[in-house]
Amino acid sequence: MVNWFRSAATMALSLALVGSAGAAEKMKVGFVYVGPVGDFGYSYQHDLGRQYLQQQMGDQVETTFLENVPETDSGRAFEQLARSGHKLVIGTSFGFMYPELKIAKSFPNVKFEHATGYKRSPNLSTYSARFYEGRYIIGQIAAKMSKAGVVGYVGSFPIPEVVSGIDAFMLGAQSVRPDMKVKIVWVNSWFDPGKEADAAKALLAQGVDIIAQHTDSAAPLQEAEKAGKLGFGQSSDMSRFAPKAILTSIEDNWGDYYVGETKAVMDGSWASKDTWGGLAAGMVKMGPYVNMPDDVKKMAEDTEAAIKSGKLVPFKGPITKQDGTVAVKDGEVMPDKEILGLNWYVKGIDDKVPQ
Amino acid sequence: MNPDFVQLVLITVVTAATPLAIAAIGELVAERAGVLNLGVEGMMIVGASVGFAAAYLSDSTLLGALAGTVSGVAMAGLFAFLVIGLAANQVASGLALTILGGGLSGLIGAGFVGQKRTAAPSLSIPGLTDLPGFGRLVFGQDMFVYAGIALIAAVAYGLARTRAGLTLRAVGDNHQSAHVLGFPVLRIRLLAVLFGGGCAGLAGSYLSLAYTPFWSPGMTAGRGWIALALVVFASWRPWRVLAGALLFGGATVLQLHAQALGVGLPGQLLSAVPYLATVLALVLLSWRNRRGAAAPAMLGAPFIADR
Repeated sequence: MVNWFRSAATMALSLALVGSAGAAEKMKVGFVYVGPVGDFGYSYQHDLGRQYLQQQMGDQVETTFLENVPETDSGRAFEQLARSGHKLVIGTSFGFMYPELKIAKSFPNVKFEHATGYKRSPNLSTYSARFYEGRYIIGQIAAKMSKAGVVGYVGSFPIPEVVSGIDAFMLGAQSVRPDMKVKIVWVNSWFDPGKEADAAKALLAQGVDIIAQHTDSAAPLQEAEKAGKLGFGQSSDMSRFAPKAILTSIEDNWGDYYVGETKAVMDGSWASKDTWGGLAAGMVKMGPYVNMPDDVKKMAEDTEAAIKSGKLVPFKGPITKQDGTVAVKDGEVMPDKEILGLNWYVKGIDDKVPQ
Repeated sequence: MNPDFVQLVLITVVTAATPLAIAAIGELVAERAGVLNLGVEGMMIVGASVGFAAAYLSDSTLLGALAGTVSGVAMAGLFAFLVIGLAANQVASGLALTILGGGLSGLIGAGFVGQKRTAAPSLSIPGLTDLPGFGRLVFGQDMFVYAGIALIAAVAYGLARTRAGLTLRAVGDNHQSAHVLGFPVLRIRLLAVLFGGGCAGLAGSYLSLAYTPFWSPGMTAGRGWIALALVVFASWRPWRVLAGALLFGGATVLQLHAQALGVGLPGQLLSAVPYLATVLALVLLSWRNRRGAAAPAMLGAPFIADR
């Protein structure tokens, strides 16, 4: 009975997924999200990418998405999509890595993409974005806009992605104001609005006048607005949460990448690779520069253009570690592998990376 | 240390403690009547979404809080139907309620993601709120904080000093005897569970209306589970719930302030303080009360009247 019910349910689900296939030449692209599309953050931005793909390709593609998929149980979601005629299946969370890899091996004719992971196979590509480029820009803005000379930084977990973001932020800040200070508070969560707000309050109580954040909710930015101070948006344009406090947002922008990969599958040029794109590739986008004087805005735009053109590289030497040892020599550029494993602060940060 | 800073820290401790205290005092009443409702997290998150939606549509924080409370009562009603009406397993039903709440709240709140409201207004009494050092702490909180303290006082008084409270405790400690004495065991449990749901809903709406005034799926971030731990930590005594909430909320907030001050405290360890404190409390309780446990004797046991 139970088995009958389960297979009936599976059939219904596959029918629902296949049902709308319609014209045979439409290519089907499936997305798997870890969170709800309504999180107004990470999964939401991926879904904007999916909508962009649908809009750009029109009748040529049909997109499907599965939201709120638990990482441990994601294999079923990938198999479901692969079985129901999807030619390109995209998983957007780090924790999907092994389940997706396993399913990719069983479906060699389907192409797979995995965001923020590092395991590849002949039909599984990985991709991620160089968010630290945006953090270099907001570091410069913060250094120009801060009267106190101290900025507060709400961090999630002390992992390389976040630590390299703090370093890039401070390198940017120091490039316009060498004595810039930062206070860092870790909340040990990606998403806990209450705790993020408390962290921002604690930082504001210590006299910081700008809040930067590497957590997912708009709560820290809202605290900055409430206190009459300034802040930055994370993942999406958060200006509606804090119209007076927001300076700009570092936005995830996956649409162009999804269009490119879909076209590559269509014309047969798709190949397994790793993509780590930044501002130049359009994977990282800066929100509108607002609530700042024109000269600061101009500086930010110039920096953005310089990073895009490759004239400015955030992790270019000389870079000195806290203890004074040289991490990157003058004129040299830190290799990607080192950025991906970064676990130390640059000189000028008066704090320790939690171990 | 300057008194304004101390006051500011204490205010953040109070705001962090409030949702825990309100949710826990409701759960305490349900548990004293013998019903273990593990669905606090689910009722809270529904209260947060319904509270925000109602407040946004009506442009009234009070109506929002009311709607959040009612939605918590409705969720608890569903739970009561299962565990009181059908004598279903309380642990399984409570967990199901939490999962249901997570999905339902996302559905209700879908249209309100990314909307914002101004936070619930704080009390302002000329002359008192401006007092240096403690004015804002004592006279400048929002209505949820005062409501929470009033609820705890009422429950403490009610359970210890009123006939209804003593009857409720009798039902939780020995439902068979209470039944034989003629008390309506199931009805009393139903009311206790509904009260617990209302408190959880109110605590949830506090999150989306006052703490961080926006709606986002999963914004309770485990506070319902901490409230459950808090009831055990408080050994089912109302005033200890208040003390525990301040301790649990304080542990979280103080370590954030410590980090901002540059005092090196292990953040991960301090995040675990509520749970460690609960385990410690359990150990101490079972040590001291070897003659009889502090928990209501009928906790988790369904009541089926013998005819």
